[in-house]
Amino acid sequence: MQVKTKPAPEIVPGARHPMEKYLRTDRLPHIWCSGCGLGTVLGNFLYAVDELGWDPDKVAVVSGIGCTGRIAGYLKLDTYHTTHGRAIAFATGLKLANPNLHVAVISGDGDLFAIGGNHLIHAARRNIDLTVVCVNNFNYGMTGGQVGPTTPLEGRTTTTPFGNFEHPFNLVHLAASAGASYVARWTTLDGRRLQKGLVEAMAHNGFTFVEVISPCPTNYGRRNRLGEGLDELRYYAEHAVIRHGADPREAEIVPGKRFLVGKFIEVDKPTYHEMYAAKVAEMTGGKT
Amino acid sequence: MSPKATLAGIHFMNGDEAIAEGAIAAGCRFFAAYPITPQSEIAERLAWRLPRVGGTFIQMEDEIAAMAAVVGGAWGGAKAMTATSGPGFSLMMENLGLAIMTETPCVLVNVQRGAPSTGLPTAVGQGDMMQARWGSHGHYEIIALVPASPQEAFDLTVRAFSLAERFRVPVLLMTDEVVGHMYERVEIPDEVPIAPRRRPTVPPSEFVPFAPGPDLVPPMACAGEGYRVHVTGLTHDERGYPDMSDGAHDRLVRRLCDKILRYRNEITFYEEVGLDDAEIAVVSYGISARVAYGAIARAREAGIKAGMLRLITAWPFPDERVRALADQVKGIVVVELNLGQMSREVERAIQGKVPLVGVFHAGGRIHTPEEVLAGIEEVAGCR
Ligand SMILES: Cc1ncc(C[n+]2csc(CCOP(=O)(O)OP(=O)(O)O)c2C)c(N)n1
Ligand code: SF4
Ligand SMILES: [Mg+2]
Repeated sequence: MQVKTKPAPEIVPGARHPMEKYLRTDRLPHIWCSGCGLGTVLGNFLYAVDELGWDPDKVAVVSGIGCTGRIAGYLKLDTYHTTHGRAIAFATGLKLANPNLHVAVISGDGDLFAIGGNHLIHAARRNIDLTVVCVNNFNYGMTGGQVGPTTPLEGRTTTTPFGNFEHPFNLVHLAASAGASYVARWTTLDGRRLQKGLVEAMAHNGFTFVEVISPCPTNYGRRNRLGEGLDELRYYAEHAVIRHGADPREAEIVPGKRFLVGKFIEVDKPTYHEMYAAKVAEMTGGKT
Repeated sequence: MSPKATLAGIHFMNGDEAIAEGAIAAGCRFFAAYPITPQSEIAERLAWRLPRVGGTFIQMEDEIAAMAAVVGGAWGGAKAMTATSGPGFSLMMENLGLAIMTETPCVLVNVQRGAPSTGLPTAVGQGDMMQARWGSHGHYEIIALVPASPQEAFDLTVRAFSLAERFRVPVLLMTDEVVGHMYERVEIPDEVPIAPRRRPTVPPSEFVPFAPGPDLVPPMACAGEGYRVHVTGLTHDERGYPDMSDGAHDRLVRRLCDKILRYRNEITFYEEVGLDDAEIAVVSYGISARVAYGAIARAREAGIKAGMLRLITAWPFPDERVRALADQVKGIVVVELNLGQMSREVERAIQGKVPLVGVFHAGGRIHTPEEVLAGIEEVAGCR
């Protein structure tokens, strides 16, 4: 991967975002810091929805709480900004009550893997037909940069002033072990690949998981001398190694070392809904 | 087996089963819960029944998830319910707040047991009445119904769904272990009154998702209906967009309260037992009120004109009715399985006009009629 430094594009008067039809433009500008990766994630998600060609009226997005959790509010879809950590549990109810919906959960590393970790592993185990997009910025952005379950060892955060001494999660490994039927990881630098990963994940039947490594220059980047958002993208370019089908156990992220991105898992297995329907048919002899 | 939604007829069933049947009769087709005594019979019956009537039963990983899934299920278009007991009720409080703030119709059943903590898992209590009122965060109004028999458990479950839809609120059914587990005659009618969801009457381009109607309740557009609504637990404006101003917050919280308070006379149900000529009034609810019927009869035999105001709606509390009672009777006895929760509301309403005696027990067993009678005699000045 090569990044060429280009001057920042000028804001063109009257220019429109190509995915504007999916945006609540009356809510812009968004709240995110400059250099934050969240805008890229939002953009790529919309390109993915567009590429899928689904009826947008049938796409619902559920978020928890955090900087990432604010993505839902900018999308002109049925969107639910729920409680911290509970997006997957909410989405489970939404999807089971209306199986015709395509439901995506977009939330942060703290939301999905600390306070909400239990819901994630159980939704994966049940193979609920949801796509979970975890924006991993290695800390709690919204609340001012505290340590989270993905903060690397020695990472500086407001609650690890002497460096983090807790072992972090490898999200790819965790999601795969819990039973996710599709697991991929990309960075916000990998625009096209991320878009493709999101398309694959959303089109795949069952619980699918996409981790997006994303810069948080304001909180994590600044405290860990990673520079501006753009510098962090350069870091990704130098350290991310694409290896599809790699062993999830090798997907650890250690600062200063190379880390794996790509598609780790893609398996077909019946979803919760299909298993439920099969059981009902078995019980009633198909006469419901 | 033919999937018959409403098991019309006369049954011998316990309160928990009656709640499950009430839910199905009312159109509930989504139930998410986590096992806990003494609620389990509700979940077990719905696990058996819901798949046969085209509904979804899911046992979630905890009660936090159960409540979150119920809120999600309601936005997916279903009538949704969960059921739990004390410890699980505490875990549901955060998403109860979400349901209040997002105006999500749903029903939450609490089969109360001895508490705090794991307390008496298999024995009765009524110690969550104040948690029902104030257990979530922030200022809000809540509707809580309290059945005193399996028949009433059925009836009030149906009513809880109607109130939930009418006001777009979560409704609590605050029953207890004894009502949950006691078997009695339950008559299920052919049809029950079912309040429909309040749907938008305008096309998506004209729809303002949180603009209230004249009764302060906005119509609800669920996911997949083309309205593309943003729903947030943040303070929001009529479009559903976050608005972090104090003005928007005050306006929203007031409307959420007022939509209930304005109609409290239509929500606040109670039963009056021999109050016409009563000089002593028992105020009680749920299983405690069942015991009080007998004590009142015995007081009357002993020449004390006793009656009872049995609360069917605990919240909103029937302030006016209790205030009027204080102008009529010489004393009030509050009977409940806690050390004084609803009695505080009674005290607040009667403002010291007449003496009040509390017949309290922390739970583990129901009161005896003798204990209630002693309370009646005490306030009547016979002791
Ligand atoms: C129950 C509860 N606890 C704590 C909070 C405060 N809180 C809001 S966002 C957040 C962390 C978000 O971190 P993450 O999920 O990583 O999202 P990011 O902001 O980094 O995108 C916390 C702790 C809350 N809203 N609710
Ligand atoms: S705090 Fe971090 S994650 Fe949040 S908007 Fe700013 S840069 Fe992005
Ligand atoms: Mg984060």
